Amino acid sequence: MADPATVERLEGKALEMRKRLLRLASHTSLHIGGDLSMSDLMTAIFEYLMRVDPERPEWPERDRFVLSKGHGAGALYISMANRGFFDVEEIYATYGELGSRFGMHPCRNHLPGVEMSTGSLGHGLSIAVGLALAARLDGRTNRVVTLIGDGELNEGSIWEATMAAAHFRLGSIVAFIDKNDMCMDGPQDDVMRVNPVDAKFAAFGWDVVTVDGHDMAALVDAIDGLPPATTDRPTVIVAQTVKGKGVGFMEHTTTWHSGQIDAATLAECYAELDRRYGRSVGSGAVGA
Amino acid sequence: VSTPTVVSDGSTGAQNARVVYGAALVQLATDHPDVVALTADLMLSHQLKGFRDAHPERFFNVGIAEQDLMGIASGLALDGKVPFATTFAAFASMRAHEQVRTDIAYPGLPVKIVGTMGGLSGGTAGPTHSGLEDLGVMRMMPGMTVIAPSDPRHLTQFVRQAYELPGPVYVRLGRGEDPLVYPDGHQVRIGTAVTATEGDDVTIISTGVMLRHALAAAGRLAAEGIGARVLDMHTVKPLDSDAVARAGEETGRIVTVEDHLVTGGLGSAVAECITDLGVPCRLVRLGIPDLFSVIGPPAELYREHGYDDTGIERAVRQLLTPNRSAHGPS
Repeated sequence: MADPATVERLEGKALEMRKRLLRLASHTSLHIGGDLSMSDLMTAIFEYLMRVDPERPEWPERDRFVLSKGHGAGALYISMANRGFFDVEEIYATYGELGSRFGMHPCRNHLPGVEMSTGSLGHGLSIAVGLALAARLDGRTNRVVTLIGDGELNEGSIWEATMAAAHFRLGSIVAFIDKNDMCMDGPQDDVMRVNPVDAKFAAFGWDVVTVDGHDMAALVDAIDGLPPATTDRPTVIVAQTVKGKGVGFMEHTTTWHSGQIDAATLAECYAELDRRYGRSVGSGAVGA
Repeated sequence: VSTPTVVSDGSTGAQNARVVYGAALVQLATDHPDVVALTADLMLSHQLKGFRDAHPERFFNVGIAEQDLMGIASGLALDGKVPFATTFAAFASMRAHEQVRTDIAYPGLPVKIVGTMGGLSGGTAGPTHSGLEDLGVMRMMPGMTVIAPSDPRHLTQFVRQAYELPGPVYVRLGRGEDPLVYPDGHQVRIGTAVTATEGDDVTIISTGVMLRHALAAAGRLAAEGIGARVLDMHTVKPLDSDAVARAGEETGRIVTVEDHLVTGGLGSAVAECITDLGVPCRLVRLGIPDLFSVIGPPAELYREHGYDDTGIERAVRQLLTPNRSAHGPS
């Protein structure tokens, strides 16, 4: 069972991430719906699962993370800032400016610590397979973690890579599915059904864990339960999430797939988050 | 431009470029532990069985999944490997185009892509399996080096030089059994055109396996006192612009020849070059016209579309005619 103090710490971090994301969405149009659905996942991944060293972004033994749903860049930037890769204020000060390290999709050429430039959907898992093969060749036991959106599962290349990860017995791969059941045009199953996601991965030879993607204790348990990276089956953690999670008017809707909010709305969002999560961990404001 | 070289007419024999490639890769991997090889169910066709047997832990057959092929190669390159990913030119450049562009060229990774059945060399296979636009689409990617060797024996050198380059490289081959053009041991360098024959009346610039046709045309023209310079432009990108500019300035007329759609490839690269540099010369581009070809044996297709040796000869004669037509040769 997850350590309660750890869970409480991570929940606080997740709340902080949501506030920081919303603050960013008050600066620029952001993929805020998906960012909020993956906030708990990204917190668990970056604050609990991943072995990385911000001082040495190229440390060979580090765990690799590929954000396959690259439009979740906001959540990635904030996760990296929380781990100390850079000052979170740099995001707000420079996002989208000419030559910025921060744009709508993450770019490894300009932001050290971003393992791979992503954004075009369906690419991340193949890259994870290559990273896992390289680790095996080099005798490393790092994990290769990727976060994939459920809409992205419509891409055929994902299933090419799903086959390959099982075929090559890459137990170091851990794929999180941010299953918020929404894509841009509507509910996922109306646009193009991907369910049952868990059964599909199981049929491809993966170990499957299903979890509530907003239950931090359950996420910690899922991570604690991962087999060693040297096992011979990849693991998928299918996380049931809610698009826009945490802000009522953004939840369960495609309206806030991406968008921008004004300052008054931002204040209301902060208040709602504090109320719903029963705590106040500061805001996304400067100095938070 | 490298020193002019004595070149045979191709009668000395032929060699399968894929066999040369497979053997070169085994040796390269023996010398360099970071070399890995990937294929998409073309191990046998692309002569990679020797690699699998010699370096089994570094050989990955991903099945018939070209997008995955390039994505996995990208991941391996991210962690310090130098992957050689092999498939048909059509699939490397088209099916997996976006993975090559976004996962390899964008981060500038040292993935070396080898595509076979370039142009109409796989004639009877038809357009589905022919790499008709590979030089063009690969050339458009920032940082991509694009090579089409003219002589299968050059591949041994190109494989090693491609390995040494820090970025991505695309190597375009034909179907196989390509004529040996140069003497054994002839040295070649990525980015430096070879002046295969000298001449001052016209320059024929060819890439890939069309060199033999260019030389045959030049030989017949020489017998009549017409001096045709032949440039072997094995590297389409970066283009040897010095050699192109000198050819334009010294001969005033250029004919480009490629087994590729006439748009986008060598001819377009040369046109861009002389335009950018303001070289005053005429240019005729030979290659597959703007259509999907009929099926047939490669030699007959090259003739049908006017870019075999007879088509080149015809184009040169028209260029040299004082009252030339305003239109191209075909």
